[in-house]
This record gives sequence, structure tokens and C-alpha cells, in this order.
Amino acid sequence: MHQVEIATTQETLLDSPEMVLNMGPQHPSTHGVLRVILKLDGETVIDLDCDIGYLHRGMEKIAENRMYTMIAPYWDRLDYIAAVSNGLVWVETVEQMMNLPVPRRAHYLRTILTELNRIASHLLWLATHALDIGAVTVLLWALREREEILKIFERQFGARLTCHAWRVGGMPNDAYDGFTEDVQQFVNNFPTRLDEYETVLSENRIWLSRTVGIGVISADEAVAIGLSGPALRGSGVAWDIRKSRPYAAYAEMDFDIPLGENGDTYDRYLVRLEEMRQSRRIVNQALENLPDGPVNAKLPKIVKPPVGDYYHSIEGPKGEIGCYLVSDGTAQPWRVRVRPPSLINLQALKQLCLGHLVADVVAIIGTLDIVLGEIDR
Amino acid sequence: MLFFAPIEFINQLLLKFFSGDTINHFIWPFIQIGLVVTLVAGWVAYATYLERKISAFMQARLGPMRVGPWGLLQPIADGIKLLTKEDFIPEKADRWIFFFAPYIAVAAAFITFSVIPFGPDWAVITDVNIGLLFVLAVSSVGVLALILAGWSSNSKYSLLGALRSSAQMISYEVAMGLSLVGALMFARTLSLSGVVHAQQLDSVWFFVYQPLGFLIFLVSGIAENNRAPFDLPEAESELVAGFHTEYSGFRWSLFFMAEYAAMVIVSAVAVTVYLGGWYFPFVYRYTEANGYHNLYVIVSLLVFIFKLLAILYLYFWLRWTLPRFRYDQLMDIGWKWLIPSALINIVISALAIFIVQALNGWRGIKTIESLSSGLDLTPIGKALMIVMGLAGLGLTGLSLARINWRSRDFNLKNQRRNIRLVNVPSGKPAVAPIVPAASEG
Repeated sequence: MHQVEIATTQETLLDSPEMVLNMGPQHPSTHGVLRVILKLDGETVIDLDCDIGYLHRGMEKIAENRMYTMIAPYWDRLDYIAAVSNGLVWVETVEQMMNLPVPRRAHYLRTILTELNRIASHLLWLATHALDIGAVTVLLWALREREEILKIFERQFGARLTCHAWRVGGMPNDAYDGFTEDVQQFVNNFPTRLDEYETVLSENRIWLSRTVGIGVISADEAVAIGLSGPALRGSGVAWDIRKSRPYAAYAEMDFDIPLGENGDTYDRYLVRLEEMRQSRRIVNQALENLPDGPVNAKLPKIVKPPVGDYYHSIEGPKGEIGCYLVSDGTAQPWRVRVRPPSLINLQALKQLCLGHLVADVVAIIGTLDIVLGEIDR
Repeated sequence: MLFFAPIEFINQLLLKFFSGDTINHFIWPFIQIGLVVTLVAGWVAYATYLERKISAFMQARLGPMRVGPWGLLQPIADGIKLLTKEDFIPEKADRWIFFFAPYIAVAAAFITFSVIPFGPDWAVITDVNIGLLFVLAVSSVGVLALILAGWSSNSKYSLLGALRSSAQMISYEVAMGLSLVGALMFARTLSLSGVVHAQQLDSVWFFVYQPLGFLIFLVSGIAENNRAPFDLPEAESELVAGFHTEYSGFRWSLFFMAEYAAMVIVSAVAVTVYLGGWYFPFVYRYTEANGYHNLYVIVSLLVFIFKLLAILYLYFWLRWTLPRFRYDQLMDIGWKWLIPSALINIVISALAIFIVQALNGWRGIKTIESLSSGLDLTPIGKALMIVMGLAGLGLTGLSLARINWRSRDFNLKNQRRNIRLVNVPSGKPAVAPIVPAASEG
């Protein structure tokens, strides 16, 4: 209920006060309930602050009161767009603490399905990023392809989004009949579809002018902030946990890491598109060499990791998803801590946005590919 | 012509009560105005349907399908919904301005229809001799509505939207007005019917002589209407809904109506000035020349509507294909590209007309048939004019490229770099060594 200050003297009329704009938590393109407090001079951002926590559910605290096997579905709700990857980090952490030998076939299926999930997550990123910049049609095209992946998930796990895909020690079921054909069909169709997006966006003058040179971050700064995933590789740092510390069956896969040069929005866009191609390559390889055998390890009745702590991380679609687990030898974890890639990538927002316009803030939030379920946990 | 009997009948009936003058000056315009307002309002409703269908086909989906066959009743359902919705006025809003802004928008958009020649003879409400000026003047009143709406809402998003729209529409109006000057030099009149007559006389649509002017007009027309890729005032991903963020229900639908009506007006002016209006080859010869006057009017009307739809389709197409410009880039395009090229276009058109006139009679070359109304050229004159129009297009492109050589956005394709692919050796696996399948069983 404050009155608008009316400038009376010539001096105050000339330097008009800057405007504070609350973007969110209800805003079409903050990708959830992120609240960004912008200080604007005209439309130029001169200061920025993020307010998070609108989606806080206390996941880590909940996990302290659940059995190890019961926590996995909660992990799906962290990054609900990449539930399969999130589930994987939990079960792998527990498996490694207990030193469980997971069957080879399970590892391969995990590789295939997490890579499909990476494609799905990147497709959703592309859809929303393009929508933020104003290209509406790409949204529907990308969702069409994502739908194919979600159909595979639905047949395999019984759910489309929050799949509860894995169990400690392997998988709930073997691949369903026709899994190979479905995945193969998707893999065959996908490149032409990706080329379609490239036709609409990559060479588009407006797209270029909206993304080239926007939100530039150098490799050193990116490392200093702790960026990971495509946001880091867009700046030219060759860091990919699938390579540096392979999990699942990635050690046996042959794939490349795409690296950007400028660290701007356009590079991150290209990196993600190329990552989808590489993911397709991995899926193809894994599908060809898919071994036979069981998909579940023999598990004790109650999962009880030995006393100690363990950190394991995987390369999620948005960056390094880590899980730090402290066990006191009981059936419930003593403390769980998630390293959410979105939260840490979001820390770069201020640095990226300063000096840009309001429209760029939207583009930069899009290019960081945040998901609020993971930031707030 | 049994088909036109009702029209004749009504005319006879009216003559019994009123004098011929009254009918011509009062009754007939009222019928026309009523028809145009109803039809345009109906068009606005069905334009949303059309846009949703077209966008749906572009996006591999079906669009509205539930209400009526192929969703044909969807606009009516939408209309009922909007009319029965709560008309919400924010507590802090400036009530009266908030109240009136949508009416200004709609009025400004609808008044302009009075001078648009939908067809010859009775298909035009009034033929003002400064028609084009009238269109530009009244449609710029529409900016006022957006500014008032954004200001009175007392919301920051609305204010930003209003600021953007005022800057955008004012700067693009300049380019729009300047781009028309070239075509007017050929038409030698500001009356919209006169422009069509000039094209009919010359039997050439002016976009052939004025390719550059046509392009500038189309682009600035899109910007003037706040359509994508220039839809910054209502950019939903940045400003929620821009100047009409706080509007709901009926008042919101008025803004919506104004937007679509303005879109029709800009397309109608583009059609009239550059695409020959209701003129189409051979129509006159097979209808009016044989004595079917009303048929001539109606066929011309259909021709006009068809051309209008073609331009509108272009608008829809662009909207669903292109990303959105940023505010400063939009200003760059307006001031660094469109306005200079519109100025160059004026000079080049004037030069072209001068050359064609000067060549007339030189060494027996005949370029001009007559100069009575509009420019009636011989085939040689036409060819010269077309060549010079195309040369002007190239010349303008080159000179603008020279001017904008140093700007950041000049050649972005060269600025883009390709990403590189690296294959780093794998590190120590995090996962315990994979147990071979054989030892499992």
C-alpha cells in the first residue's frame, strides 16, 4: 500500500529510480515456482536475486525415516523430468555401498533407459527453451518425440513420468516383449526429427540474434561456480561423468562429448542437440550388444549397507546428480544429501544475466535448464 | 439475374419511403456499416478458429475438434465463455481509464473499415479522397489504447508492455507510412478506391513495381499489429501478457478483437495498395462488360477476400514459425533497416518514374499511354519500371549492408561457431566390475 513517489525536482526527474520486478513464482517461463527479483533500469537488469523454496518437500529428511528400498520413488520426484536418471543415482549408491554385483543385462538396460531419459529431458528443455524465446511450434514437435520415449517408459515401468524404474540390485522386470523393436524404431526415426528442429532454429536469424553472445560464461568461471552438465560443456570444459567415472555400462560404450567454445546460450543449445545425437548412438550400441541373463542380483531380505558414508554421482541430463549417503548400519539411512545439478547451475544466473534485458533473463533461465523439484527438494 | 432480385427488391421498397438521396447518403451506408461490423466481428471469432487450425496443422495436431463438427462451433463457445466471465478490475487500477482503454482499441480498429474498398461500387462504405491518410491516422490511435491500458492497470508487466508497444508502434508507423509513398507516386491519389483504379487502369499490381515497398509494408505491418515475431508488447514468456495482463473476460476479448481487426486492416491496405485490391484480370471483361453489374461487384469482393486471406495466412504462418525478437533488436530493425530502406525506396521510385517519363518520346520510344489518373504505361514502360524496382531492391540491400556492416547482429551466421566433439579416455569405473552373465546362473 505504498504511494508512488512523485519526483518534484528536476534532478530526481532525470535519474528516475530503478524498478523492482518480481518474476515469479507464478510466471509462465520460470520453469516452475522460481521467484526472480529483478532490479531493472528501463529493461536492463542491474541486479538480480533468486528466491527458492516454494516447492520444498523435505525429501532428504523424509529419506531418513524410510527403508533403503522405499526411498527410490521419492528420488523420482526430485527432477521429475529425468526420473529415470534420478532413480539410478539412488540405487547405484546403495548397491555400491553394499558391493552388490548387478547383472550385466541390468546395467545395459539401465544405460539404454537413462539415455532415452536424457533425450526426453533434453527434448523438453528444447521445447520450453524455444517457447521462452517465442518459437511455439518447436514445443509441439519436441513433445511429439518425447511422447514416443514416454510410451516406451510406460510399457516398461508402468508409468510415464515418475517411473520408479529401478530396484536396488537390478530392475523390477526384464525388458518387455517388443522393447528392442520399440527402441530401435525410435532410434531410427529420431535423427530426421532432430534435423527438423535444426532447420527451424539453428540457422534462424532471430534465433541466432537471441542466443549468440547471450549469457556468456567462461570456462574458469563455470568451473568456479561448479556448473555441470551441458551448461559446463557449453563453455568448453570436457567433463562428463559417463567418461570420467563410468557407471552402468558406459565404460563399454563409444561416444563423444560435444564441447562449445563461447559458453553462450547458442553453444549450450548446440551442445544439447549434439548430446541427443550421442545418446542415440549409445542406445544403438547398447541395444546391439544387449546381453542375455537375469536382471536382478540376489538381495538380502532387508537392505542394510555397512556403517560408513559414500558419495556416488552420475551424469544426469542437467548435470552431475550426486548422492551422499551416511549409513549407521540400520535399515534406514542416517543422513542423505543430494547434489542437485539445477540448484548449482542456477547460481550462475546472476552472473549471466547482469547487463542483459528482461527477455534475455527468460532465455538464460531456459538455457540453464533448471527444474524446481530438484532445486527445492 | 434472379440471384440479385432481393437487392433490387429492397431498393424498390426503400424508394417507396425515402428519396433516392436519403437512401444513398443514410440508409445504404447504415446497411453497409451494419454488415461490415457484423462480418468483421464474426471474422474475428473465426480467425481464431482458423489460426488455431493452421497452427495445429503446423504442429502435427488437430486443433479444436470437440465443439461441433471439426470444432466449428468453438469460437462461439469461446465467445460465450468470455462474455460470462468475471470482469475483474484490480483494486489499484485507474478505474475509468482501465474501463475505456479497450473501447478505444476496438473503435480505432473498426472505424478504419469505413474507407476500405472491399469491392467496386456498393461494396465500399465511403470513398474518402484522403483514405490512406485516414487509415494511418486512425490506426495510430490504437497505440493510445495500449498505453492507457498498460498504464492504468498499475502492474509492472502491463507498464513494460505499454512502454514497449508505444515505442514499437510509433517507430514502425514511420516505416509503414514511408513505404506507402512509393506506391502513391504511381497511383497519384490517396483515395483507396483510386489506388485500385490506378492498378486496374495499368493492369499491373503495384507490388511488381514496388517489391521493396511491399516488403517493408508487410514487415512493419506485422510489427504494427504486435504479431509474432514482433509480439513484444504481449510476449507471454517475458511479460506474462504485456499490456493486457490485468484484463479478463469481455474487456480482454475486446483487445483481442481489436488485434485481429487491426490485422485485417493492415492486410486490407496491403492488398489494396500492392496487390490490386479487388482487381483481378478478366473479371471485368466477363461480368461488367456483359452487363452483369452486381455479379461484377460480388466476384470482385471474393477476389478481395481471397487476397486478404492469403496475406493473413502469411501472418499466421510467420507467427507459428519464428521466434520472438528482443526489444532492442526490434528497434534496430525498425530504425536501421526499415526506415532507411523506405527512404531509399522513395528516392528510387521517384527516379524510376522520372526516367520513364523522360524516356517517353525519346528516339521514338513510347513508355506512357496516358497520365490522366494513375500512371498508364506501355509494355516497354512497364518492363523498365519492373527492372528498376528490382534494381532498387538490390541497391537498397547493398547500401543497408554497408551502413549496418559493424552492427553486432549483421551476419550472425558467420559469428556462430560449431561445437567440437572430443572423445576423452574413460576413467576408473565407479561401478563394481560387471559380473559375466554365465557365472550368475
